[in-house]
Order: sequence, then structure tokens, then C-alpha cells
Amino acid sequence: MNHSSKKRMVVQKVAFAGMSLVASLTVVFIILIVVYIFSMGAGAISFEFIFSAPYDGMRSGGILPAIIGTFYLTVGTAVLAVPLGLGAAIYLSEYAPDNQVTRIIRIAITNLSGIPSVVYGLFGLGLFVLFLRLGTSILAASMTLAIMTLPVIISTAEEALRAVPQSFRVVSISLGGTRLQTIRKIVLPEAMPGILTGVILGLERAAGETAPIMFTGAAFFLPQLPTSLTDATMALPYHLFVIATQVPGMPIQIQFGTALVLLVFVLGMNLIASIIRSRARAKRQW
Amino acid sequence: MDKIVIEDFSIEYSDGTESLRHINLHIPANQLTVLFGPAGGGKSTLLRSINRLNDLADVKSTKGQILFDGINILDKKVDVINLRRKVGMVFARPVVLPFSIRRNLTYGFELAGVRDAVLIEESVERSLVQSALWDEVKDRLDEPAISLSGGQQQRLCLARSLIQQPEVILLDEPTSGLDPISTLKVENSLQDLKQDYTIVLVPHSVQQAARTADTAAFFLQGELIEVGIGAELFTNPTESRTQRYIEGRYG
Repeated sequence: MNHSSKKRMVVQKVAFAGMSLVASLTVVFIILIVVYIFSMGAGAISFEFIFSAPYDGMRSGGILPAIIGTFYLTVGTAVLAVPLGLGAAIYLSEYAPDNQVTRIIRIAITNLSGIPSVVYGLFGLGLFVLFLRLGTSILAASMTLAIMTLPVIISTAEEALRAVPQSFRVVSISLGGTRLQTIRKIVLPEAMPGILTGVILGLERAAGETAPIMFTGAAFFLPQLPTSLTDATMALPYHLFVIATQVPGMPIQIQFGTALVLLVFVLGMNLIASIIRSRARAKRQW
Repeated sequence: MDKIVIEDFSIEYSDGTESLRHINLHIPANQLTVLFGPAGGGKSTLLRSINRLNDLADVKSTKGQILFDGINILDKKVDVINLRRKVGMVFARPVVLPFSIRRNLTYGFELAGVRDAVLIEESVERSLVQSALWDEVKDRLDEPAISLSGGQQQRLCLARSLIQQPEVILLDEPTSGLDPISTLKVENSLQDLKQDYTIVLVPHSVQQAARTADTAAFFLQGELIEVGIGAELFTNPTESRTQRYIEGRYG
């Protein structure tokens, strides 16, 4: 082995070690965050904390209204964003010709996903809360979150649809299928795991956002649960923001307990997405 | 009796690839017609024009006529779905759908809304017998089609194209990925199928063309150079370009 090839080997090894270190760092960060939040907040978790409303200026009691509120907002976002996002993705993947209009739609989607969430919040305040007179409500907040989530759902769903081999479509058409039949019977079922993963990832982001809901639907404090779509609601991320910054003398354990519940909520959705993905991968026939 | 008559047919794709120019070809009923020649000659394009599968591609223009039982199928008013039910197609790579063996076969019925269970069951068996696959799969029809070997998959694709009893079968290099034994099985099936169907085959080799052709048409760079009775064309071609191709001098 001559000198220069030995040197190449060393460079190779150093580069490999460096890159694997950087890659492992992401694992370290996620573990650090989870362990830290867990150790600080686990003591707050109790039956009462999960299943009762806060009292004493939120310094005591539980966070049930915030948990329920986040659940409502997530479901509301899903109901609004999934049909729209899926429709758009199907159009873009299966029907859209490659022309100027399609390109503009794609650019719009990319840009939507780059807009800061607080801007969505102000937009929702202007359009849904004030102009459409929905008030600060679950409906207005869900709409705002839905618009924010749309680009994620559209792009992941489109990617999942495009991943279905073109040959399946050709065969289906050659057997006398219409485009719609082909989409319904082959393309959508095959893409469904990928679509679901995208939907969950999008909703997960919506569930954890504070800025889009603080002007459009989230309440500082509500003693009772919301009863209609036009009610405002408490929500976990906003509640966390409030108790961490706006309430003097707030026990730190309750803050971290709330953070822990939110983290479990979001990571739980992530886990479901991973399970769907790995199951589908094992079953996939292409 | 000609099943399909192609008259002065030209087609051009938007990206300029694989065009066909002024094709005139008669495809006789109940015969095996072979379209052969080097890659890029337009054979597949012609096949995909017969069942209008080219509608999926970015076609710039088509001219001329393709008469199917006397009706010009390039006419915008033609019911394309109905046409495709009458024209089965098998592709070069076996494309089994991500279903069971049975559903791969019955998928065409599903699309057509046919629910007659007895008819469907009989058709599954008939099509599998016709494609020489029945004995190998009759006990495992509900297994995933992907579990079949490549040769079996391609025969399944042939069975799938036969199940709705089309009038014409188009085969685009159906044996290109198969071993010699599977290839022989497919070729033998085709010989039997001629009695009931009109077959148009793009073979994967000159040898296969010579073995199978009743009528042979030689395509070169988008033009139809020569058509003839198979046995004559391969022993005594009139065009030197055909002769040199058959002899393996180019292509």
C-alpha cells in the first residue's frame, strides 16, 4: 500500500466518523428532550391532572380542558384539511397537465409551507374571526390550522400517489378502466399508508402549534369544556405558553407536566405514523 | 378477412421520439401477425395505437385511420373503454396488480361491473387453461400474484388479457424476460389462441418472429419496410434492409 492510498483511507475514516457523529447527535437531542421533560414533569402527572380542570388561577388542578381542546382542534383540522389536501394531491398527481397553471399551484404550495405560523394566526384572525364573523372559536382556529397543514398533506400525499408504479395505471386503463376507477381501486389503496403518514405528520404539527390559534380560538382560561364549534377552547400548546409566561407563581412542575402531556400526544401520533408505515412496507407488493 | 386495417397512419409524439409515418397494414383475423425490427422502429407505438393506449402519452398529432371491423377507432366519438375491452394487451415486463391471483384476473370484470359469479368463475378457469397456467395455480388462486415466478406472472398477464374474451390480443415483447421453457409455453398458447382471437405480436427476437409469424411486418425507424407471409418473408425478403436485418447485420 503506497503513501497516498493510505492517506485516502485515513481521510475516508475521519469523514465517516464525523458524519456518523453528526447523525447520532439528532438521536441524542431527542433523547435529551424527552428525558428532561419527563424527569421534570412526571411528578405532576396524576389522575386528577389529566381528568380535571384547573383552578386557583391555574396554579392547581389539571389540564383536561386543554387536552380536550387540542383533541377538538386536531379533529377539526383533519376534517377540513384532509379532503381538501387529498383532492389537491390526486389532482396534481393524476390529472394535472404539466403547464403554467400547475407550476403556479406547486409554487403556491411550496410557499404556503414556508409561511411562519404566526402569520397564519394573524391571517386567520383577519379572515375567519373578523371578516367571516366566526369569532375566536374552534371553527376559526381549525380553519387556520387546516390552511397551515394543507401544504404538508398535499405534498406528502402527492408523493405517495406518485410512488405507485405507473405500470399499474397503464394496465388498469388497458383493461378498460377509467381514470377514476384506476385511482379508486389501485392508486389510492396502494398510496394510503403514505397518505396517512403525511396526514398524521401534518396534524401533529397542527396539534403542537401555538401562534395560529392564539388569536383565532384559544382561550386563556375556560372553566368549562366547549359545547359548540363557535366556542373558544383551551389548548395544550397555548395553555403551556400561558402558564409558562403569563401566570406569576406558577409551580414549575405543572408547566413541565403540561409539556410532557403535549409531547406524549405528539410523539404518540408520530408512533402511529411509524407503525402504519412499517406495516405497509412489509405488506407492499411492489 | 381483415380484422384491422391501418390506412396511411402517422403519429408523432410531442418530444419527437418514436413517430410512425404513413403506415399501411392489413391485420387478418384469426392469424398471428408479427411486427418486428430494431428498437425504436415504432412497433410498440403501433400496438398502443390499436387500443388507444397512446391517449395516455403526449401525442402531438395522428393522421390516417385504424379500422377495427371497419370502424375508425381514432375517431373521437369511439367509445375507448369498449374498444379496450375488445382488445387485450400484454406488456414486456409482467405487470401483476398488487392483488391475489384471482383478483388480477377478475379485475377486468370488476371494472366492467360484471357480477355474475358463475360466469366469472368459469372465465377464471378458461383463461388460465388458455394461458397454460391452470395446473400450476388452481389450488392457490387467493395467494398474492407477486408470489408467482416471472414466467407464471407473464402467463397470468396473458390470462388476464383473455378473460373478457376480447377479439384482438396485442403482445409487446411478452417473453423478453422469460426463460426458454416459459417462452415456449407462451408461444404454444398463442398458436392455440389463434382459432379464437386475432393476435398481434411484437417479438423479442428475429428468431421468435420467424417461429411464430403467419404474417410479418418489418419496421425500421418509423416506417413499414415490408409485409409478407411469415414463411416467405423470412426466407426470401424482397427488401435488402429486411434481408440484412434478418441476417443479423444490424439492429
